[in-house]
Amino acid sequence: MISSLIIVFREVIEAGLIVGIVLAATAGVPQRGRFVALGVAAGVVGACLVAAFAGELANLFEGSGQEFFNASILLLAVAMLTWHNVWMASHGRQMALELKAAGHQVKTGERTLTALAVVVGVAVLREGSEVVLFLYGIAAQGGTSATGMVAGGALGLAGGAAVSALMYFGLLSIPAGKLFQVTSGLITLLAAGMAAQAVIFLQNGGWLLYFTGTVWDTSWLLKEDSIAGRLLHTLVGYSEAPNGAQLIAYGATVLTIVALMRLVNQRHQAARVRHA
Amino acid sequence: MRPFVSLIVFLAAAAALAVPAWADEPVVVHLKGHKFYPSTIKVKANRPSMITLYNDDDTADEFDSSSLKVEKVVPGHAKGNIRLRALAPGKYPFMGEYHAATAQGVVIAE
Repeated sequence: MISSLIIVFREVIEAGLIVGIVLAATAGVPQRGRFVALGVAAGVVGACLVAAFAGELANLFEGSGQEFFNASILLLAVAMLTWHNVWMASHGRQMALELKAAGHQVKTGERTLTALAVVVGVAVLREGSEVVLFLYGIAAQGGTSATGMVAGGALGLAGGAAVSALMYFGLLSIPAGKLFQVTSGLITLLAAGMAAQAVIFLQNGGWLLYFTGTVWDTSWLLKEDSIAGRLLHTLVGYSEAPNGAQLIAYGATVLTIVALMRLVNQRHQAARVRHA
Repeated sequence: MRPFVSLIVFLAAAAALAVPAWADEPVVVHLKGHKFYPSTIKVKANRPSMITLYNDDDTADEFDSSSLKVEKVVPGHAKGNIRLRALAPGKYPFMGEYHAATAQGVVIAE
């Protein structure tokens, strides 16, 4: 029971933290609940499909299908997070709230919600498929321990959900004026961490084998598979021994998002001045 | 003279690119009864290597190691190729994440 509690808890936290951030980042945007729920639902369905076809998936690309798939969906999430941040930078939190009613703006609001729903779906899919495979394995083995394992899984799910709620309400306690900056920063680091993880999957699949040497090693300070290490890995892409390619991907993602946000922000300011 | 030099450079570059990334034979590992056989895997340090993991159990497991930077699901009665980057000499623990109580092992690069 303990092992299933731990494994489900761990995976649910990872997806849950992302859901918490997305919910906080869209606080006040109409219909976000529906979009996030759709993202979660699609993620669960996707997780079951990925688990069911794990064998077929693995056999693609000369045995590197799993790595290719993981890298692809991570990069998709990076693109969606970038898009969201840039959209928020051009419209601003206040504008997003004011423009609830305007038909055109509601549509663009829906677009960023769609982007974030994709991010939620990807997070749930990645972590969920592991939970499904793990629990399926337990169910298939049967025996007396199965009930305990399922109970552990349910407890792990509840615990993980509680942590993501903490994340959400913790973020909401930030004054409204600062919340946008904090969530933009979190989303930027989240995206950078995902890009670095995508590079690892590509390398494990046999692609992109450049700068694979370890640049530094902080495993003496914080192990990546400790609880704190895993949380930081999910949130800001902590890696105990990053290689060059990982760091390049991380830095390039941060720079790209910050540059794009600045660019659209300036354009938006200029447009405002012209209209005034 | 010049074409000759550029030919040499070209051939050297081609030879460098043609060296397969995973030149050594893969190390074969079996997972049976949620245990790795062998559980201690020796690879050469400072060069890429590959583990071919045969999961002889009925259910999937995930070869997981943060120090090796690998997470790879291998379904029941299937095999998976696990590529390892060039490793500095040392010990790199790994586990079967779904049965971590028994499925433990270590890669030793030397």
